[in-house]
Amino acid sequence: MAIDLKTIKHISKLSRISLEDEKAQKLAGDLSSIFEFIEKLNELKTDDVEPLTSIAETTLKFRTDEVKNDNIREKILKNSPAENEDYFVVPKVIE
Amino acid sequence: MSELTSLTLTELVKNIKEKKISSSEITKAFIDRSEKSKKLNTYITEDFASAIEKAKKFDENPNFDLKLPGIPLAIKDLFCTNGIKTTAGSKILNNFIPTYESTVTQNIWDQGGILLGKLNCDEFAMGSSNETSYFGNVQNPINENLVPGGSSGGSSSALAANLTPITIGTDTGGSIRQPASFTGTVGLKPTYGSCSRYGIVAFASSLDQAGPMSKNVKDCSLLLEVISSYDTKDSTSIEYKRDKYSEELTNNIKDKIIGIPKEYRVEGMPDEIEKLWKKGIEYAKECGAKIVDISLPHTNYALPAYYIVAPAEASSNLARYDGVKYGFRTEGENLIDMYEKTRSEGFGNEVKRRIMIGTYVLSSGYYDAYYLKAQKVRRLIKNDFDEAYKKVDAILTPSTPSSAFKIGEKTNDPISMYLNDIFTVPVNLAGLPGISIPAGVDKNGYPLGLQIIGKAFEEQTILNIAYSMEEKINFNNNITDWWIK
Repeated sequence: MAIDLKTIKHISKLSRISLEDEKAQKLAGDLSSIFEFIEKLNELKTDDVEPLTSIAETTLKFRTDEVKNDNIREKILKNSPAENEDYFVVPKVIE
Repeated sequence: MSELTSLTLTELVKNIKEKKISSSEITKAFIDRSEKSKKLNTYITEDFASAIEKAKKFDENPNFDLKLPGIPLAIKDLFCTNGIKTTAGSKILNNFIPTYESTVTQNIWDQGGILLGKLNCDEFAMGSSNETSYFGNVQNPINENLVPGGSSGGSSSALAANLTPITIGTDTGGSIRQPASFTGTVGLKPTYGSCSRYGIVAFASSLDQAGPMSKNVKDCSLLLEVISSYDTKDSTSIEYKRDKYSEELTNNIKDKIIGIPKEYRVEGMPDEIEKLWKKGIEYAKECGAKIVDISLPHTNYALPAYYIVAPAEASSNLARYDGVKYGFRTEGENLIDMYEKTRSEGFGNEVKRRIMIGTYVLSSGYYDAYYLKAQKVRRLIKNDFDEAYKKVDAILTPSTPSSAFKIGEKTNDPISMYLNDIFTVPVNLAGLPGISIPAGVDKNGYPLGLQIIGKAFEEQTILNIAYSMEEKINFNNNITDWWIK
């Protein structure tokens, strides 16, 4: 299946990755050949096959709900490019 | 002193326990050699000063009951290390300092291991040649301008070049076994759920597994014993009785039945791979194993299914890198613009390509046609193995369809790069253990590996088969130290 420029722009928007036109054009080519490769799967009839969602078919275990406070707030905030006291700082979202 | 660095883990541990050498001597020897080997570009972050400190501390108060007593090692930079920069080979994590330790690395430090530093890898482990790393490509010590494989390329290169006695990597579609094959070393991907994924930078959560890389099978079994553990911090960690892999290692594989899958004889596979495989079959027979032909009919569909499942999971896992919580940010006109610019500049081309494939196959209207379809095919692939394992104990295949290729040779053609993983990907899709061992060389003298695939949780069986075959193969890596002037 060929992926056109319009589709690339749409995926780029969904992925939150901005793309210059030149790169978008190249990606359209790459993705088209990858999807052509992927479409081999259509040769298989899978109507009655149960999808495999997890290889580890275990049930989740219960554990006690306890507070573990390592006081690492400062260290966590330090990894952020912008912080103010105890908060991550993001561009203004409400006018 | 340089001979110290060519010793195996087993030999180093023995020498330390017999007090013939100290942890400090070993640590310094590996650091010295690493300093002389910058040309290979294996390290992203060195932690040499504190390694020397830790070795000194160990020597002052040694504990010889540990499995890795004062043994220094470098690890793939995909494992979070508390207080030490962890980049995953990406610009977007270039200044990320974790506040926690991965369970696998914690297990290593608990057994006396000492961190030398963090090793180069493909960005977010997406690649088969270590060429997608933001920190540049890695040289294969086998020859100049040859890729070391990927994504654990820094690990395989550092190991083969004797910059670390053992190392750990991660394997989502072949990222331990393929680089091991390219560098003449041993690499094992454990059963899904064997090693905790806690603290490993996530790529594709239903496929990712950490595993040992080493110079021989014995070392591999010891390191697996250290890193494999049940962990409540990883909801897919599986509780089962783990063998004492190194203690129970035996070269007696009489009556083991090994299957040879005819579908792995792929079109265009070089003659030398075919020959190597045949030689491997002969070795296995000489070791006492029984060989039978088997069929894994959906093998050809594994790569296409993988290139839906892995990017889909990656696109979801990598959504967290938005310029808010981690170091890298590009300012924008508003919040959305900041997200888009940060991710555009912070991620490399291959990562962006996979995020976009993943986003597309999960997007409205395409989910059933792609993602659901791939999950169904994944079931068929697992069923193939289940069926085969009614008749055999293990499966023998080549590890890769070729030997190491030249840097730059495949970067412009994603599909030809993806085809590298044709023999390793089905194993991840089915969650099985697989080990690659060096088994010969091609016409250029570049190493070639054989893969032994086991039943789920039966790492001991494939380790024993590998151990037995290793003796017969008697492989010697021809490394000339060309990068050291």
